[in-house]
Amino acid sequence: MSLGMALALLGAALATALAGSGSAWGVGIAGQAAAGVVAEDPDQFAKVLILQLLPGTQGIYGLLITFVVLSRIGVLGGTPVASTEQGLMYLFACLPIAIAGLISAYHQGRTSVASIGVVAKDPDQFGRAMLFPAMVETYAILSLLVSILAVVNI
Amino acid sequence: MAIVEMQKVSICAPRRNRKVLLKSLQSLGVMEVHESDIEADGLERMDTQSARIRFDKSADTLEDALKKLSVYAPSKGGSLFPEKEVVTRKRYDGIVDEAAGILDKASDLVRIAKDIDESKAGIIRKQAAQASLEPWKRLNVPLNYRGTKATGFVAGTFAGMDDVATLYALLTKGMDDPAPVDVTVLDQSQELTYAAIVYHLSVKETLEANLREAGFARPSSNFGEGKVPAQAIEDLKAECEALAKRVEDDKKEIQTFSDLRDDFRIASDYYRARSERYQLLGTILQSKSMFFLEGWVEAEKADALIAYVEDKYEALAEKEEAKEGEEPPTRLSNRPFLRITEPVLESYGLPTHGRFDPTSIMTFFYIIFFGMMLSDAGYGLVMSVVCAIVLMKHKNLQSGIKNLLSLFFWCGLTTMFWGAMFGGFFGNAVDTIAKTFFGYAGDTIVKPLWFDPMSNPMYLLMWCMLFGVIHLFTGLGIKGYELLRDHDFVGFVSDVLDWFLFLVGLILLLLPTDIFASIVGMQFSLPAWVSQVAKWITIIGMVVIILMGGRDKKNWALRIALGAYDLYGVSGWLSDVLSYSRLLALGLATGVIASVVNMLCAMIAGIGGLIGVILFVVVFLLGHLMNMAINLLGAYVHTNRLQFVEFFGKFYDAGGKAFAPFGANFKYIEIREEN
Repeated sequence: MSLGMALALLGAALATALAGSGSAWGVGIAGQAAAGVVAEDPDQFAKVLILQLLPGTQGIYGLLITFVVLSRIGVLGGTPVASTEQGLMYLFACLPIAIAGLISAYHQGRTSVASIGVVAKDPDQFGRAMLFPAMVETYAILSLLVSILAVVNI
Repeated sequence: MAIVEMQKVSICAPRRNRKVLLKSLQSLGVMEVHESDIEADGLERMDTQSARIRFDKSADTLEDALKKLSVYAPSKGGSLFPEKEVVTRKRYDGIVDEAAGILDKASDLVRIAKDIDESKAGIIRKQAAQASLEPWKRLNVPLNYRGTKATGFVAGTFAGMDDVATLYALLTKGMDDPAPVDVTVLDQSQELTYAAIVYHLSVKETLEANLREAGFARPSSNFGEGKVPAQAIEDLKAECEALAKRVEDDKKEIQTFSDLRDDFRIASDYYRARSERYQLLGTILQSKSMFFLEGWVEAEKADALIAYVEDKYEALAEKEEAKEGEEPPTRLSNRPFLRITEPVLESYGLPTHGRFDPTSIMTFFYIIFFGMMLSDAGYGLVMSVVCAIVLMKHKNLQSGIKNLLSLFFWCGLTTMFWGAMFGGFFGNAVDTIAKTFFGYAGDTIVKPLWFDPMSNPMYLLMWCMLFGVIHLFTGLGIKGYELLRDHDFVGFVSDVLDWFLFLVGLILLLLPTDIFASIVGMQFSLPAWVSQVAKWITIIGMVVIILMGGRDKKNWALRIALGAYDLYGVSGWLSDVLSYSRLLALGLATGVIASVVNMLCAMIAGIGGLIGVILFVVVFLLGHLMNMAINLLGAYVHTNRLQFVEFFGKFYDAGGKAFAPFGANFKYIEIREEN
């Protein structure tokens, strides 16, 4: 296997590994808060579950990029990476979602915890509470977009 | 597409009619009664606190009974979608007559449930006692046995795990040999040694000194209840069994109450409604012979209500002008299809009177954007079918859930539309199945009607931004409409029209540039006159913004500076438009993950045979269910966000209070009137 191929694989691995770690982190801390609310008021289960899941999407985005890369570099289809430079290009293309996925998922998780607190105090505020974590996700979506556009156009 | 007109109505009626009048107001449920602030001598409020607390307590007891009943005698066929039970007026009145008896039954049930709790606590206590006696089991005298005339006996524990010889040496220190002491180790566990010691009374003092030194601990005086430990353990066991039987009996007895479940529910609703009525009764003003109340009624129902109370309760009712600073409550009224996004608007906040109700316009954007984000015909189909089935099977759903289900039904339809446009049906399931099981090797079977977003994401991105511009301009247009309607022409020109000109001009200038062409890979060529017009409307827009942005300032220098700063708002527009790229990103996420699932399925099916097919089906169902759930959540959240942040940001501010008519807010039932 060429160095270029290895670099492209590294990028693909980082996309899922880092963004996935971020999501696990975010969903984890939000889940602790959600469980606390459900212990007090089981009726809020559905609402806090949704809030808990919000930071989970970054992991999906990472997986998406990994899959797109793998299906282009000859692992799941496509043509093998021709040069070291091309491998580096894949690696760099994966970085936005890997890094922004990790950090935004963590912070989205913390925002979800706060929103779960809002729902615990006043379940009617669910619609607004949901918006705060969604704001954080915007930046994961932007980096996903950049990663896709970069990978597709290599 | 509107906010319902409200009318303030005041009612004055004889005091003897107040309870019946309140009762019919409650069952009509059309009037939001609020405290009146008339001040005059001889007007007072009745103290209904104690009556209200009594009714609340009754309702709580019934709720408690229902909760216990659901623990010990769960009802079958619990539904995910709680429905209100339809009860005839006759049955309701029957229950009301027997309410006291039903309440007694509920109290009985609560008492029995409490007995179960106590018995269970008793069992735990006795089991703990049993466990603590266990190490003493080999002792054949009670623990508080003190010995015979000539000998003393003591049982207790030493810290540590010393053997008999060591203990003996410790205890006989300073005694003549052979010392009249016998040590028996009964048990050793967890760094404790349980021992029984027999000694001759002549060495009592020395021994006790030695015991203290060795850290000997005696059990508390009533430990073992003066019985031989083995016997005490047996007795405790028997008591535990008796308690367990009692728990079983109690449970059986509770199960005999399960027929009363519906009665409990109806009675609970009855007491709750009565409590609410008394709460209102406590706020209304009354004199010796009259009482007064006022509140909001939907304008078109006002006349009917006035006629009704005047006719039936000898009341005097009239329409009133709202006082300064009084804001009528908001109730939305939209046509059937258009109202499906009302819950979305409610969760953001209702509009105040005199403002535009954006529900109907939002509905179109909402379902289109939702469909683009989920964009898989298969998922859309599942969504629509599930929602339709639930809606058809459950007719008495709460209106909030009903609206939400209708919303998702329509969102499912648009999802199917976009799925067809982009060629997604459970990802590329049809092709995968054809290739895996039927050896198909030809061209793609399911072709997108429009194009495959993965093959040209930049192109779709441009479309997303176009949708965004339309959405945002619609928002700005609504603001313009409101300003024009209020005859604020200066505001219209300087807050809406100039931005329209400026932004449209900018877009037209940007389209034919090389930068844009290189990004999108498409060359727009506009006629020269269009570019000229674009240039001028941009400049006109810009100048008006600069001149009018800070028009409330007298100082011209400050005004121009503020206007220039206002122009900086164009960056806000840029980020708003870019925000619509989530339409593309979320759509791609659904499609790509769906094909990952399909690929996994195909790999697993590669092991061949029937097992391969079964595994294929299992992975397919689980994988797509997960993908659908997480993307549905994403589509819901981000569609809301586009409405709340980008769209509403252009024109909307909530601040309305929801219309909450005084009515019977039944939790479980809905009364059907019979004629």
